[in-house]
Amino acid sequence: MLDGYSAEILARVQFAFTISFHIIFPAFSIGLASFLAVLNARWLWTRDETFLILFNYWVKIFAIAFGMGVVSGIVMSYQFGTNWAVFSDKAGPVIGPLMAYEVLTAFFLEAGFLGIMLFGRERVGETLHMLATGMVAFGTLISATWILSVNSWMQTPAGFSMNELGQFIPEDWWQIVFNPSFPYRLTHMVLAAFLTTALVVGAVGALHLLRDRKDAPARRMFSMAMWMLVLVTPLQIAAGDFHGINTLEHQPAKVMAMEGHFDSHPDGAPLILFGLPNQAEKRVDYAVEIPKLSSLILKHDLNAPLAGLDTIPDEDEPPVAIVFFSFRVMVGLGLLMLGLGVWGLIARARGRLFDAPMLWRASMVMGPMGFVAVLAGWITTEVGRQPFTVYGLLRTSDSLSPVAAPAVAASLIAFIIVYFFVFGAGTYYILRLMNKPIKPVSDAPMTDEGPTRTAGTTPAAQVQEKHEDKGMT
Amino acid sequence: MLGLELSFIWAGIIAFAVLVYVILDGFDLGVGLLFPLTKDEKERNVMMNSVAPIWDGNETWLVLGGGGLFAVFPLAYAVVMPALYMPIILMLLGLVFRGVAFEYRWRTKRWKGTWDIAFFGGSLLASLCQGIALGALVQGIEVENRAYSGGWWDWLTPFSLLTGLAVTVGYAMLGATWLNMKLEGRIQAHMRRLAWPFGMATVGFMAAVSLWTPFLDSVYFERWFVFPAMAFSFVVPVLVALCVLGLFRGLQQHRDVQPFLCALSLFVLGFIGIGISFYPYIVPHELKIVDAAAPDSSLWFTLVGTMVLIPMILTYTAYAYWVFRGKIDPEEGYH
Ligand code: HDD
Ligand code: HEM
Ligand code: HEM
Repeated sequence: MLDGYSAEILARVQFAFTISFHIIFPAFSIGLASFLAVLNARWLWTRDETFLILFNYWVKIFAIAFGMGVVSGIVMSYQFGTNWAVFSDKAGPVIGPLMAYEVLTAFFLEAGFLGIMLFGRERVGETLHMLATGMVAFGTLISATWILSVNSWMQTPAGFSMNELGQFIPEDWWQIVFNPSFPYRLTHMVLAAFLTTALVVGAVGALHLLRDRKDAPARRMFSMAMWMLVLVTPLQIAAGDFHGINTLEHQPAKVMAMEGHFDSHPDGAPLILFGLPNQAEKRVDYAVEIPKLSSLILKHDLNAPLAGLDTIPDEDEPPVAIVFFSFRVMVGLGLLMLGLGVWGLIARARGRLFDAPMLWRASMVMGPMGFVAVLAGWITTEVGRQPFTVYGLLRTSDSLSPVAAPAVAASLIAFIIVYFFVFGAGTYYILRLMNKPIKPVSDAPMTDEGPTRTAGTTPAAQVQEKHEDKGMT
Repeated sequence: MLGLELSFIWAGIIAFAVLVYVILDGFDLGVGLLFPLTKDEKERNVMMNSVAPIWDGNETWLVLGGGGLFAVFPLAYAVVMPALYMPIILMLLGLVFRGVAFEYRWRTKRWKGTWDIAFFGGSLLASLCQGIALGALVQGIEVENRAYSGGWWDWLTPFSLLTGLAVTVGYAMLGATWLNMKLEGRIQAHMRRLAWPFGMATVGFMAAVSLWTPFLDSVYFERWFVFPAMAFSFVVPVLVALCVLGLFRGLQQHRDVQPFLCALSLFVLGFIGIGISFYPYIVPHELKIVDAAAPDSSLWFTLVGTMVLIPMILTYTAYAYWVFRGKIDPEEGYH
């Protein structure tokens, strides 16, 4: 089936496939964990039952998403060795310790307190349960911090020397962790996770509002999501701008590919809105462009010169078309999110947030777009780094494991089948939970509580099980 | 000199992480292995609930084992993972199936059976592959120029299949004794009965593996059968005998905790046995611990945090176990 492909391309596809699946879940659970912590805190603070109802509603969805994140993450931690052995041997001394710290400071924290967060409210009491919920949320953020430090170091390596074996030897850990692109990438990613979650929460709220505009929990979550969106999107766009400027400094070839600048522009580069990059002919076909705007965005000066890919040796160029398109997808979605946020704000100002079916429908359409933007952003980042794994220093083609192509092909096919089956089913269960009416806590025996029964009141499991038998398909 | 000691400290820490993984995830993989041995859905629910709040923490030790190896013995990580490519990938896929089953089976009625099978099948695949990986490592892998130089089927031998079965049966024993400790009533009695054959099979497999190993390689042979090393390495078998005795007497007398602890100790002893065979290599007879270690700056940087964090982790892990202590009451179902 995959005969004729080299082990290198197969390993790259496998890595891209497995990590793209993985990032979908953390992008959601980083935001959702914080959302749950906020809901729980506000429930304890105000004793307003809508918060508890929402907590119970979302925690089940969180449990599934988190489970999928964990299993796909475990795969990631072994993929470096299985598919990128030479890379592991050479870069391991630098990035290995950062990943070990991720395990020690984040994964254990999440895993240790997750059980209490999901199952323990009655066992440990409200205070400790709140602590556990906070710890899980905190853990997801620490996890993002370390892994983004790792990734950023691969993009903008710093604080190391090289030994005679070609290994990267850590010299200054501060410089390694806080490498030049790390603060930008961390900010941009965490905001992306919050936005992704806000879009999903908003879509679910909108769905229930469309069915019953009096639904109090649905109103509350929709309102929270709209606030989040209108506050965070501008920040995210600003962060993206800074990120791009930083990239221009450290990885100019990536920005050239993002912008589709095959040629250098000595006095003011145009912003290409659309077009078809043609790498063979080194030009963008059918380009629609705005003169000088690119220089304005990247250099904050209309006439600033910008170098193009003509200054980069061909063998060091990333694949332009992928980077060019995925970047446009991300930015386009970012602008749409801003639009939605502003629309929500106007509706709110007019007092019509809960009387706006068009806004609700738009929110539902935008629900999954955070994930699309996250993936598009990562594809821009990672493909734009090509042909290197450690930027400028270690080529992707020199990073490979000594594993035969058929082995990589077989495992790739296995991953594709298993992931679509398993994560497809999980996504279906999540969507089904989202589609269910939001039930008041006092309306006790819930029909599908399963292992995450967290109700503050204590319906007997007996009753529950009976209902489960009836209620489920 | 200091560097030398550091790498040994690290070998100890990694060995500790792997050991903790094996005994903790061992019993919850074991619960998965025993899943098809009861047909009663309520009983399956309690079986799964006995590990639902803790399995994620247990599995994190596997991530520490892998991530730790990557951090402090990158060369060993880079050599072992390609050598064990197939069993590792299959293990990961098995863990995917069983991991999601914890949530999925509560979310569907029609497909509950499917996720029960996924829970069992995933546990079985993961257990077998872990055992096979161990066997493949013990029998030795080819290394040339800082890289694995063998083929992608080298791991499959009669010996590695034997260790695969041994580990699987051992996990089932751990699972049965865990459930004997955590459950009550009919299902407890059932598990106690199952602990017998799995316990005996485990002892049998341990004996077979122990007898075979020394003949794989003369170094192993000298470790175990030549004086003076022999005197020390013979303590292990004696302790094993004591544990076996404790296990079966405990089962006979319907003790709750003793069989589980004895079963755990059996695993610890087996692990020490392997340690005796391996030392001072990290990949038998190809890579010494010292040679595979990362530069000192990596070892130090990671060690400082590890020394502080591991005790903290052990503390809150113990707390989580404590919160969910005692018998699982099927009526309560805190799930
Ligand atoms: C909800 C998600 C989301 C949204 C709306 C945006 N981004 Fe983004 N972007 C990401 C999610 C993301 C990401 C997935 O988080 C990336 C991949 C790696 C990273 O650090 O963030 C990313 C990478 C990324 C990069 C690549 C940096 C590099 O690798 O060197 C740039 C230049 C931008 N973004 C710029 C923007 C701009 C100008 C946006 C304005 C509309 C924008 N992003 C919206
Ligand atoms: C989670 C979001 C991420 C996504 C969606 C993503 C996506 C991708 C994609 C599409 C590729 C293939 C590029 C190509 O071969 O043309 C790739 C490669 C790679 N990425 Fe990422 N990446 C992510 C995060 C990370 C992180 C956090 C790391 C490191 C810690 C990382 C390390 C790598 C490595 C080692 C490769 C393989 C070598 C290469 O092709 O460059 N990635 N990734
Ligand atoms: C190659 C890169 C990556 C590796 C090796 C990796 C590894 C892992 C592992 C092993 C887990 C399971 C932890 C557990 O047992 O509890 C996990 C989960 C997680 N990862 Fe990743 N990861 C990678 C990329 C990322 C990225 C890019 C992010 C976010 C920016 C991220 C954030 C998380 C979070 C928050 C979790 C917790 C589980 C969840 O939220 O679903 N990871 N990862």
